[in-house]
Amino acid sequence: MIEASTEVVFNKRVARNTFFMGFRSAPMANESKPGQFVMMQVRSGIDPLLRRPFSICGVNGDVLLVLYRVVGHGTAILSEKKPGDFVQVLGPLGKGFSPPGAAVQPILVAGGMGVAPLIFLSLTLARKDQKFLVGYGISPEVVPLDQLGIRGLSPDIATEDGSQGHHGRVTELLESVLSTAKEKPSAIFTCGPLPMLRAVAQIALGQNIPCQVSLESNMACGVGACQGCAVKKAPGLIKPYAHVCQDGPVFDAKTLDWEVI
Amino acid sequence: MNKPDLAVQVGTLSLKNPVLTASGTFGYGQEFAPIMDPSLLGGVVVKGISLNPMGGNPPPRIVETPCGMLNAIGLANVGLEVFLSEKLPWLQDLNTCVIVNIYGHTLDEYGAVAAGLKGVSGIAALEVNISCPNVEQGGMAFGTDPAVAAQVTERVLQETDKPVIVKLSPNVTDIRVIARAVEHAGAHALSLINTLTGMTIDIEKRTSKLANGSGGLSGPAIRPVALHMVHQVVRAVNIPVIGMGGIMEARDALEFLMAGAQAVQVGTANFANPRASLDILEGIEQFLKDRGIHSVREIIGSLKS
Repeated sequence: MIEASTEVVFNKRVARNTFFMGFRSAPMANESKPGQFVMMQVRSGIDPLLRRPFSICGVNGDVLLVLYRVVGHGTAILSEKKPGDFVQVLGPLGKGFSPPGAAVQPILVAGGMGVAPLIFLSLTLARKDQKFLVGYGISPEVVPLDQLGIRGLSPDIATEDGSQGHHGRVTELLESVLSTAKEKPSAIFTCGPLPMLRAVAQIALGQNIPCQVSLESNMACGVGACQGCAVKKAPGLIKPYAHVCQDGPVFDAKTLDWEVI
Repeated sequence: MNKPDLAVQVGTLSLKNPVLTASGTFGYGQEFAPIMDPSLLGGVVVKGISLNPMGGNPPPRIVETPCGMLNAIGLANVGLEVFLSEKLPWLQDLNTCVIVNIYGHTLDEYGAVAAGLKGVSGIAALEVNISCPNVEQGGMAFGTDPAVAAQVTERVLQETDKPVIVKLSPNVTDIRVIARAVEHAGAHALSLINTLTGMTIDIEKRTSKLANGSGGLSGPAIRPVALHMVHQVVRAVNIPVIGMGGIMEARDALEFLMAGAQAVQVGTANFANPRASLDILEGIEQFLKDRGIHSVREIIGSLKS
């Protein structure tokens, strides 16, 4: 965990309301693992008051990469950062994905901005047999990975309006991959909107495939102090809540209460 | 000039400097330790401890508001037993005052937590949270009724061998009435203010943005209210006051000290900047140096009326 004032290397629009940002911190880049996140102060002062959590999308030398969508006040301010500006960053934080081991084909399932940590994971796994499935609402939201300077990843795309790739939901792509797989995949990794995560978890748990879910949450501190980012654990586990920042953001799907979450 | 003297006295409690962290914003001390040394602070006030572990409220528990935040954590904590076995040993090794915040849902629970901490070394004082609901009296907060606030104070005093700081709720008509009642009950010091009750609504969903409905407002949004209450209470009682409420930087802390607080607690600022408490401490020292003031005690209560 490092707290540093970091220099913005680039911050460019890559899809509708979607920005790709690089900031320089060698020690943070060295420590970062797929699934971990950073807390960024979008500007100094008291408005906004709190830092914003962002998944780490990758590292390139001493530069950390984040991919984010402008959804509110904080991200709007962040999108105006220029190369040479400085942002205060705390990270890397949380527990990342656990590697799937040498076993059968891992499947990565992303929805929208949930693609960010899975890009990092996919690049780190670097397995020829991995399946990378990404769902978006409409084609202008599709993040072109080559524009991010990322080579060698060619995810299967689904759009809900059918304007690019599979017409429908990414969970349908997942079901078709699973139904045609020669062997049962050893792991599913997923990140995205909650309804999608719930559907993916249901499919994975139903077929007894280990599934790691990366969650997002409002949080104030990012280090386990405020206890603001509670998430309900599966019934029967001793403590009722886990905390996204410290126990996650990556969880084993079967440890969460999908009825309540 | 020489390094200014930063030591302050809160009753019998000697602090090496006037900056503490506020309960609930600094976990059990360890969380921020990778990036800042809590031993440099005047003290650390740990998260409120109850007799039994508490899971806390359903999410969402926090939401940002203009220059502030609302929280409804629900006093989640590990409980007395786990605190003593797993959290306290690390705190005992710190080279600073460790103040344990305690709370209960009944008078007996307050007594039991205080009793459980009696004789335990490495705890400089207890801070009693009286802002939580009293289950024996229809859920009304202990801290809103002067008689009940006094009862809680007396009960904790009976069960402890440590200085007792009572943390006051601002959600009352006149905080001085509660402050005096707690003073008469024997409290050694007061800390204020706890959060102000508030709410915010998601207009699309037409629901509160907090699952709990309402929450406690903290951060710079509440600072002028907090400062005024500290100023009022300092003049109403003869026991020392620790001030808090939206302190983000040294100048804010200096306002509370000038209003008469013997020390300050830094809360929500820890979230915005994990080094905030140390930055504030350095800023106070610099302020004194720049003006040739030898001791921070010359600042305390120096407000010209």
